[in-house]
Amino acid sequence: MKTRDVIASAVQNTFRSKLRTSLTVIAIFIGAFTLTMTSAIGAGVSSFIDSQVGAIGAPGVLAVTPAPADGPVADGPAVYDPERATGGASIDGPPGMAAGGMNEADLERIAEVEGITGVSPMVSMPVDYIAAAGSQQYELPIDLASGAFIPDLAAGAAVDDRAERQVQLPADYVEALGYTDAEAAIGQPVTLGVTDAVGEHHEVGAVIAGVTNPGLLSLGAEGNQALADAVQEAQQSGITGDVAPVYLATNATIDPASTPEQIAAIKVDLLEAGFQGQTTADQIGAFKTVIDVVTGILNAFAVIALLAAGFGIVNTLLMSVQERTREIGLMKAMGMRSGKVFGLFSMEAVFIGFLGSAIGAGVAILTGLIAAPLLAEGLFAELPGLEIVRFEPLSVAVIIAVVMAIAFLAGTLPARRAARQHPIEALRYE
Amino acid sequence: MPDLVLDASAIQKSYGRGDGRFDALKGVSMQVRRGESLAIIGKSGSGKSTLMHILALLDAPDAGTLAIEGVDSASLSQTDIHRLRNRDFGFVFQQFFLVPDATVLENVVLPLKIAGVGARERTERGMAALRALELDDKAKNRATALSGGQKQRAVIARALVNSPTVIFADEPTGNLDTVTGGLVEDILFDLNREQGITLVIVTHDEELAARCDRQIHLRDGLEIDAPEPTASAPSRTVASAVQEVSA
Ligand SMILES: Nc1ncnc2c1ncn2[C@@H]1O[C@H](COP(=O)(O)OP(=O)(O)O)[C@@H](O)[C@H]1O
Ligand SMILES: [Mg+2]
Repeated sequence: MKTRDVIASAVQNTFRSKLRTSLTVIAIFIGAFTLTMTSAIGAGVSSFIDSQVGAIGAPGVLAVTPAPADGPVADGPAVYDPERATGGASIDGPPGMAAGGMNEADLERIAEVEGITGVSPMVSMPVDYIAAAGSQQYELPIDLASGAFIPDLAAGAAVDDRAERQVQLPADYVEALGYTDAEAAIGQPVTLGVTDAVGEHHEVGAVIAGVTNPGLLSLGAEGNQALADAVQEAQQSGITGDVAPVYLATNATIDPASTPEQIAAIKVDLLEAGFQGQTTADQIGAFKTVIDVVTGILNAFAVIALLAAGFGIVNTLLMSVQERTREIGLMKAMGMRSGKVFGLFSMEAVFIGFLGSAIGAGVAILTGLIAAPLLAEGLFAELPGLEIVRFEPLSVAVIIAVVMAIAFLAGTLPARRAARQHPIEALRYE
Repeated sequence: MPDLVLDASAIQKSYGRGDGRFDALKGVSMQVRRGESLAIIGKSGSGKSTLMHILALLDAPDAGTLAIEGVDSASLSQTDIHRLRNRDFGFVFQQFFLVPDATVLENVVLPLKIAGVGARERTERGMAALRALELDDKAKNRATALSGGQKQRAVIARALVNSPTVIFADEPTGNLDTVTGGLVEDILFDLNREQGITLVIVTHDEELAARCDRQIHLRDGLEIDAPEPTASAPSRTVASAVQEVSA
């Protein structure tokens, strides 16, 4: 028997008992549908996270902060260490970021760590508020643009090194400041309020250079060097003498092609020097872990459904072998080899698997394509760029192939039974 | 080519073991000559079918030897045995063993499909076999939609489709009424006469046995001497038989 005929006969036989086949196919359908959906959601969310990481954290950047005091949780207040803490800086950083800041000496020590090619401290500007013509005044946490990151822009361009004072604002400031959209805000003048050491108010003018998209790790507002200089000048107008700058965190550049092992080694060296280095992937890791756990649980359910479906296939085909005992006997009497009989039945199992998984994946893709735009406008409107489901042809193909492989395995038991049948026993069978 | 198509000697076959052991064949020797029609006759349970299965390589004897066209069956590989059953033997059983959901044509070309013949040639040869049995107008019908006589003609078409040298028929008329049975017999004897196909017919019907060139009588797994042969019925041609069926 030609392989083509084996396949064609198997497909034909599948449709001989339509009800039984349909029920088995439904079980596979459920598993394949769930797997396709969860893998699409997983892919959608991780590609979103990756795009966020790509936008905010360039691969060659470590965010470096002072390491937490000895031991993860120190009992009682930490002992003051003049070498370490340089006093005065606010301490409202993310968890894990130790009290205290870093001074120039610290930056030098960080730069000395092997593998670190450059250090650019994160400088936050002491700005009280931002206002546009006729708008209210809004609080504005703003940093000096480090240049290490590529902002995910909704309009305009990143701030750059020029004499003109520039700001780059998160999207939610656009409407608050009275602009119709991000595009309309570009090039508009704004006023930043600064209070100096003796309590006197100053105003510094700037121009909006760019507007960033909201995201998981929002960059916040950034200004260029010209703006930072102007703000500092305004703030220090009442001070006599120099104040050593204090930084809460610094970006350290490393070779973007560093392997995870190399990055780990750099982190260890930093820790020995008293600092903690985190890649953007580390910072976003917790979020990713949650997504991974959820899709993992859903996948586990889908695999359980598929295992159950596998037993369904065993059952269906055993019945089929039983019903077709005489047919099998006849075919063997007419010189059909056992191997081909095995092929005929296992191919039938594979085809049932293919039917269930192809329909399951197809319906999942349809559902995703219909539901995704609705969700994007409703539930996830806050996160533009999030593609909730992302169907990758390769993973859909892998799911279908895996289901067909499971079906094949399930089919081997009945197919072996069929192949072993003796023609005479089968023909005498009543 | 040797004149003996099949040469069996001292064939023994038992079923079961120990106390439940049953000797179905206790040492049967027989020959089948090229182009003859041979009847294996005996009462129910005498071992006829068992003997036929061994002759047709569907089953192996416990003892004794079988030569096919002079070649010892013990020396044949599994592949040879499959090829012999597929290409040189045709089978007609008392129960028709037609695949119910398949069409008449699909049933008829099953041996060709197993042999690996391409779809077009299958259809051509299947239609030719059906035409020879005047069933070509039923080719696209489901096998279940046929009458008993039509079913057995479809089975004969299936036995014929690979142009076998021997057709084994186990009680070919057992499920048919006398008239239809007679017509099916005519078809088989015409094939024997006109195409030179060797016929091995298992039957308990004295009249059918009498129409064969030779008879082998079995009783309790042993060959016995032939009783007085009864007068053979007048033979008819396939064409005249088919005319009667369609009338
Ligand atoms: N698979 C089997 N197991 C046990 N006994 C069997 C089996 N096949 C046949 N027999 C027995 O062998 C004897 C001969 O059977 P069979 O060749 O079919 O006889 P016949 O065709 O002459 O009616 C019968 O008594 C039958 O019961
Ligand atoms: Mg019998």
